[in-house]
Amino acid sequence: MSMDELMDFDEVMDLYEPVLGLEVHVELNTASKMFCSCSTAFGAEPNSQTCPVCLGLPGALPVVNAKAVESAIRIGLALNCSIADWCRFARKNYFYPDMTKNFQTSQYDEPLCFDGSVDIEVDQQTYTIPIERAHMEEDAGKSVHRGSSTGRITGAAYSLMDYNRAGVPLIEIVTRPVMGTGAAAPEVARAYVTFLRDMIRALGVSDVRMEQGSLRCDANVSLMPKGSTTLGTRTETKNVNSLRSIAKALRYEICRQGAILARGGTVTQETRHWHEDGAYTSAGRSKEQAEDYRYFPEPDLVPVAPSRTWVDELRATIPLNPTMRRAALREAWGFTENQMRDAVAAQAVDLIEATIEAGCSPQAAAKWWMTELTRRANADGLGLDELPITGAQVAQVQELVDEGLINDKVARQVFEAVLAGDGAPRAIVESRGLAMVADTSALQEAVDAVIADNPDVAAKIRDGKVQAVGALIGAVMGRMSGKADAAKVRELILETLTEGN
Amino acid sequence: MTVWTRMSATDLAGLIASGEASSEEVTKAHLDRVAAVDPQVHAFLHVDAERALDAARRVDQKRAAGEPLSPLAGVPVGVKDAFTLVDTPTTAGSKILEGWRPPYTATVVQRLLDADMVVIGKTNMDEFAMGSSTENSAYGPTHNPWDLDRVPGGSGGGSAAALAAFEVPVTIGSDTGGSIRQPAAVTGTVGVKPTYGSSSRYGLIAMASSLDQPGPCARTVLDAALLHQVMSGHDPRDSTSIDLPGPDVVSAARRCDVTGMRIGIVKEFGGDGYAPGVERRFAEAVETLADAGAEIVEVSCPHFPVALGAYYLIMPSEVSSNLARFDAMRYGHRVGDDGTRSVEQVMRLSRGAGLGAETKRRIILGTYALSSGYYDAYYGSAQKVRTLIIQDFTAAFEKVDVLVSPTTPTTAFRLGERVDDPMAMYKADLCTIPSNLAGNAAASFPAGLAPEDGLPVGVQVMAPPMRDDLLYQVGAVLEASLQARWGGPLLDQISQEGVR
Repeated sequence: MSMDELMDFDEVMDLYEPVLGLEVHVELNTASKMFCSCSTAFGAEPNSQTCPVCLGLPGALPVVNAKAVESAIRIGLALNCSIADWCRFARKNYFYPDMTKNFQTSQYDEPLCFDGSVDIEVDQQTYTIPIERAHMEEDAGKSVHRGSSTGRITGAAYSLMDYNRAGVPLIEIVTRPVMGTGAAAPEVARAYVTFLRDMIRALGVSDVRMEQGSLRCDANVSLMPKGSTTLGTRTETKNVNSLRSIAKALRYEICRQGAILARGGTVTQETRHWHEDGAYTSAGRSKEQAEDYRYFPEPDLVPVAPSRTWVDELRATIPLNPTMRRAALREAWGFTENQMRDAVAAQAVDLIEATIEAGCSPQAAAKWWMTELTRRANADGLGLDELPITGAQVAQVQELVDEGLINDKVARQVFEAVLAGDGAPRAIVESRGLAMVADTSALQEAVDAVIADNPDVAAKIRDGKVQAVGALIGAVMGRMSGKADAAKVRELILETLTEGN
Repeated sequence: MTVWTRMSATDLAGLIASGEASSEEVTKAHLDRVAAVDPQVHAFLHVDAERALDAARRVDQKRAAGEPLSPLAGVPVGVKDAFTLVDTPTTAGSKILEGWRPPYTATVVQRLLDADMVVIGKTNMDEFAMGSSTENSAYGPTHNPWDLDRVPGGSGGGSAAALAAFEVPVTIGSDTGGSIRQPAAVTGTVGVKPTYGSSSRYGLIAMASSLDQPGPCARTVLDAALLHQVMSGHDPRDSTSIDLPGPDVVSAARRCDVTGMRIGIVKEFGGDGYAPGVERRFAEAVETLADAGAEIVEVSCPHFPVALGAYYLIMPSEVSSNLARFDAMRYGHRVGDDGTRSVEQVMRLSRGAGLGAETKRRIILGTYALSSGYYDAYYGSAQKVRTLIIQDFTAAFEKVDVLVSPTTPTTAFRLGERVDDPMAMYKADLCTIPSNLAGNAAASFPAGLAPEDGLPVGVQVMAPPMRDDLLYQVGAVLEASLQARWGGPLLDQISQEGVR
């Protein structure tokens, strides 16, 4: 548990200006690794996706994956970066068992993408995030520590190595110091990473799943006394594994550093480890213990020199940035701010868009995706986009409702069947006879029978307690196996009882 | 009885192709020779007789079936232990790789196999190719067949000695600062460092990636050219490999003509520190070329004298990183893993026990040169010198077609003579290093024996990048005149102290 003394956040804000720095790692979704042809698929049998190159065997040599360079350039362009005419890889040297060569092939002073910026919005306020660089590198393998209660290396009896991830292409996106965000700092950081996630997903170059580690964020923060222009000592918080925890971890660090500075202490430059359970950070490696990585240009690889023609071709493939796209869609669909935010949070924007394109009204599309289908996805532990249903199918269900063939309750049964893989909505309605009974005589028969069965309720309604009609509607729907329009049933019950008078 | 082991690879291939000899009997003869002399020479670290004979028999079957054979089909070849060969012990002369059997084959070795050559074994070398005497091999030194008390040069002393001892007609090596050329010079054989990027480094256990280049070793110029042709060519698995057709080295070797060629003598190489016999034979070689119709000019390459210093910063820097992978975690000789020690402790103990003194010296040197605060002064300055060396070559090749110099300042030194004096050892590569820094082509050819000690002297020829053909053209002229002067191949002069 945390032993740190914390200062109240608002008090810190009265005295200091937080300065952010964000380093985001994105695992690309290329079919093969950065420097060899091994598969990058997630979750395979340990060490089944390895070869002499990614195992760093003596004599093996890397060759750059052109698709990864393409993805990196597209990310750079979407971040409004300049793309280098010529750049090299560099070796970052350090010993660790998850690095098969005991150096990571990365980029150092010659990044592929540099000098960009993006605008993000928090509470109707726009913040410009300056991007220093976006560079290419390879991921490391994964250690699994066994025999310790925590699953961490301390106290472990032995460790196992899985090199399937070794050599998977990564893009590291580094901001310049972000100033002037004030008390919004934690939310600005969160919004920025959310922006990156949505933008990169729109580019289609990564799965950007924080829980699977394909999007990772290291959050740097320092405090500067108000009115000062000298940057304070920063800490770098690692293991921040969700968007929510980015804001939480930064808020914690700001309060912790504030308490230290307020009592005249100095902040230690170090990495901090975020503990999601206890919601606190703990000290990691200090600057004094920091490694000298002895970067030097990677002699096994020739420089990367993307032609201007190619860069321009790639520029044409960059979609509207998520903020602009979202604003445009919100207006076109007539959604409220809240509705749009919910849709974005649920990652439903693309799905709703596809549904609308298939002919559904925006409100109906939002209704199905945000209620019924979200419920189903949650129950199955899936993302909305992982449900086996398309926007076109959802649109067809709504079409059946609009045609009066089914009601919302039956629609839910139809969704169930579609998700179970039983086919198209219209075919399901037909083959199962789910279409509503429009025949008034059958309905009248049911209404008469229900009234006869419930003379007490019928009497109440006749006496003017119209709200009691609900019980009768339910009973009629039961007799009709749900295949009736509830409004129609209500009308018919009231009509029948009035006639009886 | 025909002595197969005294013949050239070219002649053996001809006899095998015509059916006058079988690859099996030729291979058997070489294996017998290895069994007879290698206990003295120690050129081989590993010999796989069964595998070699199987391969030889397959070539004989191919010939019998009338299938087309490549120009060196059926000829035995030795491979420097720095190259991987699937399932075959590959140590690069290091204790830390003892027992390691690679799961894959180096591209250049695969090309030998694809050309139906018969790999008979892996040759000895200084640990990770670091050294000029083969004394840094963890498995004991190789002895010079001319005088068993002398070194065969290094790092590829095994590949050169195997030729001089007639254990095998051709071998392959790797040259980072002279590791093919200097052993060739001190054993009276031919060694070629092709243009950087013209033969694949995939599967060559790296010493210094920006300098390493695989190349052929042979007793004759034509054999070297044929082997050069087999092993070189573009490899998509080596990103530094040149994707252009190489020059026709075989025709160049056959052409044997330097009429009108402009040949530059590097002014900076010679004088102090050069043995008199080396200078004399070098002068003789230059005269030979002049007599053959070449135009001789003196050329200044002002930065060549500082090449050694730059090399000893760039090479160790790359070494310190390239050799980091030898931590005994995934393969190799692991020490101290008793269940109580941390991974860092086991790495430290394994590297401490598994790596030799010279290797550690260079790792420390390179680690220092790349350290924060020292990088610009050491690695950075050395890279600038490298650019100046390239400019020296570019300027020189505007005036002349090739450059010549002695290959190494002295003849073979005695075993143990320089082991405690690293600087003296490093100076053996004084003349060969510039071509590694610049990436151009260079070779060493026999130039006769030094009068003072009766040991071989080599002459170095340097050509512009991708003009490896010029090396062979000059080499063939030198070889022809040398044979005329010494009444036959130089290796026939090996005396009683050596291996006859």
